[in-house]
Amino acid sequence: MSHLLDIEELNITFGGLHALRDLDFHVEEGEIVGVIGPNGAGKTTFFNMISGMVRPTSGDILFEGETLVGLDPNQVTQRGIARTFQNVRLFANMTILENVMVSQHCRTKRGVFGSLFNTRAFREEEAEIRRYAEEVLGFFGSRLVGYRLEQPASVLSYANRRRLEIARAMATRPRLLLLDEPVAGMNPIETAELTRLIGRLRSEWGFTIVLIEHDMNVVRDVSDRVVCLDHGETIAQGSFEEVSSNSDVIEAYLGRPLESKK
Amino acid sequence: MTAEQVDEVTRGPFDFDIRGSMRRGLLLGLGLVFISLAGLPIGLDTRILIKPVLSLGYLSLIWLPFISGWASGTETVLDGVATTKRGARDLVRGGLVGLIGGACLSLLVLLMNWFDLRDPLVNWAPPLSAILQFDRSIAFGVLVWPLLSAVLSCAGAGLHIITPKIRSATLSAVLFTLAMAIFETFIVDVADFLDDKLYGQNGGLTVMSAIVVACLAFTVSAIGLGRRVATARVNYQQSTGKTKASQTTMLIAIAAITVVVVPMITGKITQELFANIGIFLLLALGLNIVVGLAGILDLGYVAFFAVGGYTTAVLTSPNRGPDWPSWVPTLPWWGALLVTIAISGLVGLFIGAPVIRMRGDYLAIVTLGFGEIIRILFLSDWLNGYFNGAQGITNVPPADFGIIQVKGTDPRSVFYLVLVFAAISIYVSWRLERSRVGRAWMAIREDESVAEAMGVNTVNMKLMAFVVGAILASFSGAVFAAKVGSIFPTSFLILVSIIILVVVIVGGMGNIIGVIVGSIVLIGVLGGPKQPGLLAEFSQYKLLIYGALLIWMMLRRPEGLVPNVRRSRELHQEEFLQDAWLRGEIDDDANTEEVDS
Repeated sequence: MSHLLDIEELNITFGGLHALRDLDFHVEEGEIVGVIGPNGAGKTTFFNMISGMVRPTSGDILFEGETLVGLDPNQVTQRGIARTFQNVRLFANMTILENVMVSQHCRTKRGVFGSLFNTRAFREEEAEIRRYAEEVLGFFGSRLVGYRLEQPASVLSYANRRRLEIARAMATRPRLLLLDEPVAGMNPIETAELTRLIGRLRSEWGFTIVLIEHDMNVVRDVSDRVVCLDHGETIAQGSFEEVSSNSDVIEAYLGRPLESKK
Repeated sequence: MTAEQVDEVTRGPFDFDIRGSMRRGLLLGLGLVFISLAGLPIGLDTRILIKPVLSLGYLSLIWLPFISGWASGTETVLDGVATTKRGARDLVRGGLVGLIGGACLSLLVLLMNWFDLRDPLVNWAPPLSAILQFDRSIAFGVLVWPLLSAVLSCAGAGLHIITPKIRSATLSAVLFTLAMAIFETFIVDVADFLDDKLYGQNGGLTVMSAIVVACLAFTVSAIGLGRRVATARVNYQQSTGKTKASQTTMLIAIAAITVVVVPMITGKITQELFANIGIFLLLALGLNIVVGLAGILDLGYVAFFAVGGYTTAVLTSPNRGPDWPSWVPTLPWWGALLVTIAISGLVGLFIGAPVIRMRGDYLAIVTLGFGEIIRILFLSDWLNGYFNGAQGITNVPPADFGIIQVKGTDPRSVFYLVLVFAAISIYVSWRLERSRVGRAWMAIREDESVAEAMGVNTVNMKLMAFVVGAILASFSGAVFAAKVGSIFPTSFLILVSIIILVVVIVGGMGNIIGVIVGSIVLIGVLGGPKQPGLLAEFSQYKLLIYGALLIWMMLRRPEGLVPNVRRSRELHQEEFLQDAWLRGEIDDDANTEEVDS
């Protein structure tokens, strides 16, 4: 079992709806995997399941050889999986710095007593949290640092909110990063830039990445491997070229040609 | 006013929204009739404010037309939109509002003479008629009210016409004089040499002294003391870094010296008042951590106050229930305090563990239930042998610190003890807010699911807030036990929870200064659930006023008197973003550079 993430025979049903069916999926250390599929294919449910927000009906999720099923989301994060949200969900009234500081919660440990007595260990840890937060924010250039640090997240532009979401996930010091439509709503220049940044997230920060994305250029540019879901099932897997030329995938996206219906 | 006024439009004296003003007048009338039938004029009539002109009973009626008149003239000033020139139009409008309002009261006077509705409305009776008719004929009452109300309303509206300087001077003269009259007991208690100089024999300012006080206040305000204070405040708010830090230290030092010194020179009434404020301040500070920081709406907070009180009583009183095994010791107060802290922490954990997994409204309802369960347990037959049921635990000895004994008959000592705990609570809140734990609480308050996904152990963190809150409440309970000398289940009604929550909300959730201000204003002025405040006369109508105040705050200033920056941002998201946009702080994707290439 050498895979970083290994998903076996995963099923989830919401009432009568089979959201994911017999899903087998694995991610190697250092890989970037793109997950595509039409709306309602189960992509976000798939992320919710890995991150512990939804519990699978059957099947197993192994991360570094240990099961994640039954863990709370915070425990999953502690194991080293961080995620972003499709509909940006920042702590809008906390400052940008605080957003990134709070997500280091599970990597730090000073509690009530440290803060009450302002112990040396507490002060050092606070300084380290802040330093790391600024380092993470610095990854996105000058946009999220400087005077912005103390501003509430709600003043950020849409693209910067997405960047802050990624920064917040990075700050949990994960091994596996789950990005849910990271470039949705961005313009082409921003998209191109973020595509390069996703590459650097692997090369410089050493994250393994799974991303859900509808922008096929991004998927093509960053993914080592692509998985296509439809109606909760894997319909194709492989390189981008293989998947994009797969007839099932084309059919899932575009529908069946009229003549073949006969 | 930052708005640049384009110019003023002059409009005729009758050129205003007549229907709207009539509606406002009817509302005013409704208010007046409600106040009359609620019994305020009767209950407060014996309390004379300015002899022989004004009693608190009449004041409870006449403030309303004045405020309505003022409100009828307020207009929103928008950037670049012409304002209307103030003048006769305001007076006419105010007069109309007042006239209609007063007419409603006249109608009440007439109806009270024609019908007898005393059965459903207890105050529908001759005493109210007498007051509403100024002890004269019906016709007098019927005629005077519309006139009086119209004049007052005109005066209120007239405030818009006079220059701001004179306006603020007039207002401070009126308010200061009224305050001097209303807070007579308190003022005499602080400085009893004023008693015969200012106040008449049966209480109330004499007309002479009222005039002197008003003139004094008018002059002081006109000189510009108020504006100087305001400027200093703005300067303080705008200063940064070291200057601000040193200014803050100085402010804190001044406040600390004041609260330490004042009780030394005042009489018992004030000390008692301070002690009560302190006890509720302790509770409010604890609840502020739970509700204000972590966002857990706890409606059963009184449970921890009760546990604190009962634990201290059991461990110190010789009159505790007979069923306690002999190994449960009788301790001095401070020894009992340590055990109390431990026990309430544990109770917090036990109550919290099942409750905390719920969210929002469900959690609020369940905490409400637990708050009652604790009280009913103390009251129950089942535990009668331990807590004496409704008889309670009496003979709780004073807290003995060698040099001083803290007991109810010496409210000053209670206050100083409370002060120590308040300082501890404030320090705890202040430190925790700025730590890893505080950040986690904030995140939970903002979005619990996301906080969890970002690695915050929400269950543990919420439990921690619950336990810290419980321990702070137990301080209050322990002091309360020593102060009152006996503990009964009736001291821990659900009302206590509600009132502490109102203190936190009105003061400003999540802001320590706000909570302090809230306790002073509400507990100090109106009084606690059973403790009298400065307005002891109002104690019968306390809940009415609490309720009205809460509704008004929710409509006009939901973030509280002294708001927490984040909460007011939350509640005024749109205005905040607009302001940020005006300051050019909203960023624009267009001009951001690329990071790498």
